[in-house]
Amino acid sequence: MAADAGRYSLTLSPRTRRRKLVNLLMQALATLAALSAVAVLVLVIVSVAQRAFGALTWDFFTKTAATFGESGGGVANALVGTIVLVVVAAVMAIPVGILVALYISEFAPPRIATATKLVLDVLNGLPSIIIGIFVFGLLVLGSGQAAWKGSFALAIIMLPLIARATQEVLALVPSTLREGALGLGASRWRTVVGVVLPTSIGGILTGTVLAVARAAGETAPLLFTTSIAANVVTWDPRQPVLSIPVDIFALSESPDPADHARAWALGFVLIAFVLVISLGARLLLVRHQKKLEG
Amino acid sequence: MSAVPSAQLLRVRRRLGDRFGDIFLYGLTAAAAAAAGALLVAIAWKIFDVARPAISKFGFGFLTHQGWDVARNQFGALDFIWGTAITSLVALAIAAPVSIAIGLYLSELAPRGARTVIASLVELLAAIPSVVLGLWGILVLGPFVGQDLEPWLHRHLGFIPLFSGSPENSGILVAILVLTIMIIPISSSICRELFLGVPDELEHGALALGATRWEMVRGVILPYTRSGVSAALILGFGRAIGEAIAVTQVIGAGHGIHWSLFVTGDTLASRVAEQYQGAAGLQLASLVYLAAILLVFSLIVNLVALGITRRFSYQRAGAT
Repeated sequence: MAADAGRYSLTLSPRTRRRKLVNLLMQALATLAALSAVAVLVLVIVSVAQRAFGALTWDFFTKTAATFGESGGGVANALVGTIVLVVVAAVMAIPVGILVALYISEFAPPRIATATKLVLDVLNGLPSIIIGIFVFGLLVLGSGQAAWKGSFALAIIMLPLIARATQEVLALVPSTLREGALGLGASRWRTVVGVVLPTSIGGILTGTVLAVARAAGETAPLLFTTSIAANVVTWDPRQPVLSIPVDIFALSESPDPADHARAWALGFVLIAFVLVISLGARLLLVRHQKKLEG
Repeated sequence: MSAVPSAQLLRVRRRLGDRFGDIFLYGLTAAAAAAAGALLVAIAWKIFDVARPAISKFGFGFLTHQGWDVARNQFGALDFIWGTAITSLVALAIAAPVSIAIGLYLSELAPRGARTVIASLVELLAAIPSVVLGLWGILVLGPFVGQDLEPWLHRHLGFIPLFSGSPENSGILVAILVLTIMIIPISSSICRELFLGVPDELEHGALALGATRWEMVRGVILPYTRSGVSAALILGFGRAIGEAIAVTQVIGAGHGIHWSLFVTGDTLASRVAEQYQGAAGLQLASLVYLAAILLVFSLIVNLVALGITRRFSYQRAGAT
């Protein structure tokens, strides 16, 4: 009877208590890990915003860097440079990226489609500095830097991102739509241009925008291809231009606190641009996927 | 003779247009895909091409030679291979448990409403440009590491060679922390998806048998996703070995092979990013040789990770 009392007692045995304790500890650690990741994000954003605040003046956006000894000045040339670089890169990468995705999803035999996807994944995994050196060796050695060469490097970074994102959206297009169009007598290319692409345009846009956000923040490919530029605002892609990331990189290594302030302000502009775009694109994507699936 | 073409003619024209359009679109897309493949080959070829003077001068001895003497034209990669290895491996060692824990939290623990919010916040960490993270690394994290973290580690754990030496504001340890921050969002978001893919029946079965949540994780989720998780970590590692900019900003351009994490150092990528300017002749070729080594490393790492994921998804596809 006494033994039975122990067996049916509602108090936990030491073993069970230990198991529950370990469980609780592990849950606490997992929660802590997630919280610390969010904390790092907040910490980085807050420290950038705090230090940038004072430097974000009208002059900052409209003037070029002050010459030595002068105070003030801005980063207009870097801002314009980044716009030029990213726009030209997007013009190069978007059509090719969409075509590659179309090939994978509409035309390629399964084995070649897998191989092409592998090529894209490997391209995506290459360190961006490797791509910078490639373009340096291909286009810059012997003939000098230019904005379009930097754009070419950025386009190589964007290509796998756009192609993979597009291909994944194309895979979501219901095959009944394709079959319907083909059954009505439409040719292959009319089906693609008239049915498949319009259905997936939202997802393609999202992928493209995310690729643009990624390219806008890249430094290493530009270091070798368009980093030494005159201190003037230029929209000409045949000239070398300064860009936001390269400028931050240069300013961050300077010992002058005034340069640090400008680096923080530029960092803030870059982070704001990238974060707003990636958040917006993610929301768009979720909506688009719901529409396709539901 | 009327100006309106006959229906017959229209049909023929249309059929020709369709046939031409089909071939044209097929050719265009196939050419784009071929161009992507050619690009990959061209990248590898061009890098080895630019590095050729250094490769023919130093051969494989470059890999085991220590020192980087611009004046005497003597270059070796061993210091930087070491720097890449120690920074990336230690960063991976820190990031691995944290990434798995975050993945578990997001897939199993987080309150339903907060789940997607926290998940996208963690992913946003990956969207912060590396140059901004590096800026934060030099000016905020570096002083903290040099003045607080390293003295503390040295005082309490100084008997371990890793924590010997005098604290510095820039060096290997700062680079490790920055790389850890870069690996975590990549690996943890893949881990989360893997954990969410574990069939509910298995999880519920374990819980119904009386397992605690942690026992369910250890007994069901982790074994079920083991290969996927290792691929996720390897992908993060691949990102770490190739990161040039943020590492250059915080690692302090040092030399030599030391066990201490406090000293300055250099990785393959950071040495290239530092010295490209004004480099010419054999120095330039040697820098590109470093890049070629990095290229081979990152190709191997990526292919291993992709190979694992491919096998993994086949298994899953076969299982269902």
